[in-house]
Amino acid sequence: MTPLLSVKNLTAGYGDTVVLHGLNFELAEGGITAILGANGAGKTTTLRALCGLCRRRGEISYAGRRIENLATEDVVRLGVAHVPDGRGTFASMSAEENLRLGAYLRRDRADVGRDFETIYALFPRLRERRQQQAGTLSGGEQQMLAIARALMLRPKLLLLDEPSFGLAPLVVQEIYRTLKTINRETKVSMLLVEQNATLALDLADHAYLVETGRVVVSGDSEMVKADETIRRSYLGY
Amino acid sequence: MVEKVKTSSTVAPHSMGALPLIGPVKAQIQTVPLPRRLGRAAAIRITLLVVAGLVLPFLLQNFYVFQLTLAMVYAIALMGLNMLVGYNGQISLGHGALYAIGAYIAAILMNSFDWPYWASIWPAGLACLIFGYFFGLPALRLQGHYLALASLALAVTTPQVLKHKSLEDYTGGFSGIVLSKPDVPFGLPINQDQWIYLFVYAIMLVLFLIAYNLLRGRIGRAMIAIRDQPVAAEAMGINSAIIKTSTFGVSAFYTGVAGALSAIVVQFVSPDSYDFFLSITLLVGIAVGGFATISGSIYGALFILLVPNFAGELSKSAPWAIYGVLLILVMYFMPTGFAGLIRRVGTLISRQMAH
Amino acid sequence: MDALLHQLFSGVASGGIYAGLALALVMIYQSTGHINFAQGEMAMFSTYIAWELIDYGTPYWGAFFLTVIFAFVAGVAIERLVIRPFHNLPVIALIIVFIGLLVIVNSTASWIFGTTLKTFPSPFPAEPLWDNHYISNHELGSIGIVLIIVAILFVFFRYTKLGLAMRAVAENPQSSRLVGIRVGWMLALGWGLAAAIGSVSGMLVAPILYLDSSMMGGVLLYSLAGAVLGGLDNPWGAALGGFIIGILENVLGAYVIGTQLKFSVALIVIVGVLLARPSGLFGRTVVTRV
Repeated sequence: MTPLLSVKNLTAGYGDTVVLHGLNFELAEGGITAILGANGAGKTTTLRALCGLCRRRGEISYAGRRIENLATEDVVRLGVAHVPDGRGTFASMSAEENLRLGAYLRRDRADVGRDFETIYALFPRLRERRQQQAGTLSGGEQQMLAIARALMLRPKLLLLDEPSFGLAPLVVQEIYRTLKTINRETKVSMLLVEQNATLALDLADHAYLVETGRVVVSGDSEMVKADETIRRSYLGY
Repeated sequence: MVEKVKTSSTVAPHSMGALPLIGPVKAQIQTVPLPRRLGRAAAIRITLLVVAGLVLPFLLQNFYVFQLTLAMVYAIALMGLNMLVGYNGQISLGHGALYAIGAYIAAILMNSFDWPYWASIWPAGLACLIFGYFFGLPALRLQGHYLALASLALAVTTPQVLKHKSLEDYTGGFSGIVLSKPDVPFGLPINQDQWIYLFVYAIMLVLFLIAYNLLRGRIGRAMIAIRDQPVAAEAMGINSAIIKTSTFGVSAFYTGVAGALSAIVVQFVSPDSYDFFLSITLLVGIAVGGFATISGSIYGALFILLVPNFAGELSKSAPWAIYGVLLILVMYFMPTGFAGLIRRVGTLISRQMAH
Repeated sequence: MDALLHQLFSGVASGGIYAGLALALVMIYQSTGHINFAQGEMAMFSTYIAWELIDYGTPYWGAFFLTVIFAFVAGVAIERLVIRPFHNLPVIALIIVFIGLLVIVNSTASWIFGTTLKTFPSPFPAEPLWDNHYISNHELGSIGIVLIIVAILFVFFRYTKLGLAMRAVAENPQSSRLVGIRVGWMLALGWGLAAAIGSVSGMLVAPILYLDSSMMGGVLLYSLAGAVLGGLDNPWGAALGGFIIGILENVLGAYVIGTQLKFSVALIVIVGVLLARPSGLFGRTVVTRV
């Protein structure tokens, strides 16, 4: 089976700074792949490069198309939803308006209405807060809102940038549980970037370890978990 | 199974140079830190420039001497405005008003109270300092466009107040005040224009030296920190209220002194020479010269003084259209102003020399 | 009493005009977060186009709508050609570009259309309704048109996808891209709509002030004040702000301080209000967690 996403020799950076030095990885349709690594390894940049938010070069094939030269808006049109670091919520708008924006590209009004219900069922707290200004939501709620907004696109591929960042452990657990449910029920593929390797490896079926812009280890989650280096440096036991 | 990926051999090094620029670049004023101590080369360069400035009035015709004097006056005002806008990130559309206040205070002191010109400058600057400080207090609550509007209110109100009947005895109402040209002291063998030039020149040098000392040190860094990261600056223990209001005050002082000098140089003040357009012109000056630079004040002053004339010569029918086009082109090709351009050219040359 | 009513009515009338241009300012502010200082001049230029069309024999409403379309296209073109290249620069540099634009449009207008004052027709009948001597039909009509624009804008921003997208772009361009909004076109659209609204306000001002290249200078300042007073992110607020300024200006001018200082005092009142409510009277205060 051809992978949904395949990245070959990807370099990317900002201005004169090169962050990724030829990254290779693949992502199976319907699967969850995690990219692990320490601070500054280039995890966020990988996601940004995929949707054209930074300078990049290399080969990015997605659903049988080359997308490395597409503008962000056009990548999104192909069904790639990105939950950026810092969540990128529209702070002055209500939670509901944020979700409506998530469905910006969709023309099927009735389905969008149904999806609101699905989303509110997944994240009951967002239903309570739907009229509240997004900027006033708690960190966890904002993260849920960001994921929910991405789902409103009905994406084929969901890019998640550290959904655990800055959140309390209980909230993180809740979010990861929900992500698992989403993957099971909607079959959306996920590319997850995470510093917290334990969390990510539990959710993902496949994982890559990135160090200073290069893939150093890759394989099934279980295998990666068992790897010496990973265990010592990233799992801490 | 786990495969170890070799990193060095499989990956070809890539140059990022030819990649298209996609994605947001943080839009911020770039500040090149002022050197704590001047290098030897810089010291020599600056000394040469200072000497050149001293010699210049004796090589030029009186009209050009007068123009240069006016440019230096503008440069002082721009230095003041640049501290506020460039270094501290507070916008002001109202510095024309401070310029006017400085000019009028000096003119009234000379005209109604017979003060000598050289003494009248300092009360003018001081009054503006106090006024600016107190204007800075409400400005603490306002940001961006709202501060722009508040300062606009100042710019629009001031000429109206200056025209008002109740002050007419001092301000001369609509017709303003005509002053006489200062005499050359100590029987120096130079003409009046040259004397005024040297007088303004000396004040400018002193004020620029003070600005340099202020901006390169602790206070300057605090100002920049407040501009770039207001919350973090507060968290680091910078008292942003005091810094912001004081910056307003010092900025107003510079502009007020410049206004007072302009009254002496032009020998005339009238409410309509200080309209809203002057405030805009000053803002244009710092943008074109270079935000958050000291030398930019001089380039900016030359621009706002010379370019309107130049545009007028280029096209009689629509001179301001030319001015506008030039303005937009300058901002496009030199977003860091003339100061930024000159710095870049300088680095380029020194790199060439090193080869 | 009668005199006061008179002042109030003419305040409301000029307020309607300020409200019109204030809406144009809000339009660009909503989509880009900037205040276009050249808005008034663009409106003035469009009004000259309308004048030429009418002079050529076009019926009023025909000229009116052609001008609105012209203004829209010109607005889009200016954004794409002049403003676009600056989208990465600091706000302050952009302000300078707006000033450049202002002097270019102004200077070009007096170059092409001359400097003599021109009379501009009103589409409304000259006989005042119900024989009143407080307010002319043109003033009433202007207020009506402005209110219609406000209603349209309100619905547009609140309930349409496009309006929502434009607000999103103003707030967070990157996130907007990530939901698939074509940010560049939204900005151009914002400029087009603003120019179109501005042209309407220009055509409504011209019968009152005479058409001249400096016609909109004062109007822009009052409108800006109104927009800021009412709240830049809220069309209703901005329009209401415009009306408040109009009334303040007239009543203060007639009773308190004389016409000379009226604008100054109006501005000082606004600054006072802003100090109490820094986002304007009806603006939404954005609360952000640090």
